[in-house]
Amino acid sequence: MTAQTIPAPGSTARRLTGSHRSFSDRAFRSTTALAALAVGLLIVAIGLLLVWNSREAFQEFGLGFIFGTTWDPVKGIYGALPYILGTIFSSVIAIVLAAPIGLMTAIFLAELARRRVAIPLTFLIELLAAIPSVVIGLWGVFVLSPFLGSTVEPFIIRWLGWIPIFAGPSYGIGLFSAGIILTIMILPTIVAISREVITTVPNSQREAMAALGATRWEVVRGAVLPYARSGIIGAVILGLGRALGETMAVTMVIGNAQNIPSRLFDQGQTIASKIATTFNEASIGLQTSALIYLGLILLVITIAMNVLARLLVRRVGSEGART
Amino acid sequence: MTAATPVMARSIADRLVRTKVDRRRSRVDVFMRSLAFVAAIACVVPLAAVIFYVVINGIAGLNLNLLTKAPRALGIGGGAASAILGSLQMVALATIVAVPVGTLAAVYVNEFARTSTSRVIRFAADVLVGVPSILIGIFVFTFLVLPFKQFNAFAGGIALAVIMIPVIMRTTEEILKLLPGSLREASLALGIPMWRTVLSIVMRTGLTGILTGVMLAVARAFGETAPLLFTALGSRLINVGDFKKPMDALPLFIYNNARQPFAALNQQAWASALLLLIIVLAINVAVRSRSWTRNAA
Repeated sequence: MTAQTIPAPGSTARRLTGSHRSFSDRAFRSTTALAALAVGLLIVAIGLLLVWNSREAFQEFGLGFIFGTTWDPVKGIYGALPYILGTIFSSVIAIVLAAPIGLMTAIFLAELARRRVAIPLTFLIELLAAIPSVVIGLWGVFVLSPFLGSTVEPFIIRWLGWIPIFAGPSYGIGLFSAGIILTIMILPTIVAISREVITTVPNSQREAMAALGATRWEVVRGAVLPYARSGIIGAVILGLGRALGETMAVTMVIGNAQNIPSRLFDQGQTIASKIATTFNEASIGLQTSALIYLGLILLVITIAMNVLARLLVRRVGSEGART
Repeated sequence: MTAATPVMARSIADRLVRTKVDRRRSRVDVFMRSLAFVAAIACVVPLAAVIFYVVINGIAGLNLNLLTKAPRALGIGGGAASAILGSLQMVALATIVAVPVGTLAAVYVNEFARTSTSRVIRFAADVLVGVPSILIGIFVFTFLVLPFKQFNAFAGGIALAVIMIPVIMRTTEEILKLLPGSLREASLALGIPMWRTVLSIVMRTGLTGILTGVMLAVARAFGETAPLLFTALGSRLINVGDFKKPMDALPLFIYNNARQPFAALNQQAWASALLLLIIVLAINVAVRSRSWTRNAA
């Protein structure tokens, strides 16, 4: 029913307004077009204004900014490497934890659970996504980080401390804490999109596998996951994109230390947290410009992640539609 | 799938008792299914933990003082009235800007535009949703704060609007897509002009759905901190109506008080977090439970 009617509205409207349209119709159409144009131009404007306002730092440091390791407002030397590494480090922790948990949850919700269980669970996970970042950060800095610092981190250091990356000391707040907070914040994204992708897998795939005598899990592994693979990867990348740009909660638990992170429990700084903590105190000129340059790097990375993820997710959707 | 499951499960179970290989397969099956269940529970634990601690730590501070008094200019004490009023004003401004832009853009994309054009704009909106909110803050800073050399609430409201617009556009569009073409045709056949058809028939029919999207966007705007850091800045004074001056907001108030080394200020942060959580979750539960009950039925 809906499938038949979807193409109709647009085409009818175009035909009817195309030949003899009145002034009010034309005015209305132009107004909506203007709104749509505004939406389209916003992202362009964001890009252009960030480029324009970072020009001073770009002229000064060029692309070498990315590999610079000092950030010294007194000497006027700025480099982005500690923050880029902090961003990557904390996001990788989040992805390593959130991808398997999120995928298994999506499988549970879409394939294994009864509707009576799946619907409220899905609802609760949507609510988790709705909690403001600053509230999660508040909980992170006063509850989660002290907990990690007093139990989990000493435990890991004791058993795995001989591996350099897991060596102490630990402070509670730091990259590990930020990674856990990010895990919590990107789980809903990964779950929601993987679940959607999994539900687009045609039933014939499952039935064929089940007809061969496969168990429920074997159906999931052998028929569902391979079919949904690119979409699930897309979901994970979308989660990664969110983790890279997440600001408030990370700022509150990462320690805001200016160093190149080399161990899991180090304190650090991400691009977003660096901007959040220093932008207002920065003097207008080279320092602000350098911070906006940092923002531009973040913008490029997150847009690339988003575009890639959406292409991957869409591919599964269109394959599903064709079958 | 669900209808076929019981039969399938039974026949598999019958067969699985036969060989060692089958027994191993059955054990793997049970193990992985339990693991999936545990993962799902693990996703809900943080939700419960955050709500639990915010309620426990915030409930004592959630009193009339918090709601009615501004923070003391010096020292500790007072309340979050400046933040509450600020949030209400800036979210209102953002809503006034974002609702027409978002819904009209959705109308254009769904009713008028060519497929290729609508694809481009839809894509732009999707990318915009993915832009880190702190960059939205810098973006607005560069043209609404920098030229005037003054942090201001207007910039804060606009930054929140930029965050709301793509959300409203995408949800409105989902609703418009679901409405049957016959609805539009019936109206047009009566000689009602296109603009009346869209506004009074199509949008009217989808009003509940569109409002759902708007409310979810409002809830999100209430909780956003990062876009306000460099625009509205925050303030310890009650500011009503002066959008040229800095203004406080609940999330800013929470962030600033959480960083202070005084227990009393941290306590205020928890109490305001409880207030914010109540606002945001109430909107979400109210709006989402409708679609939830519809799904369950």
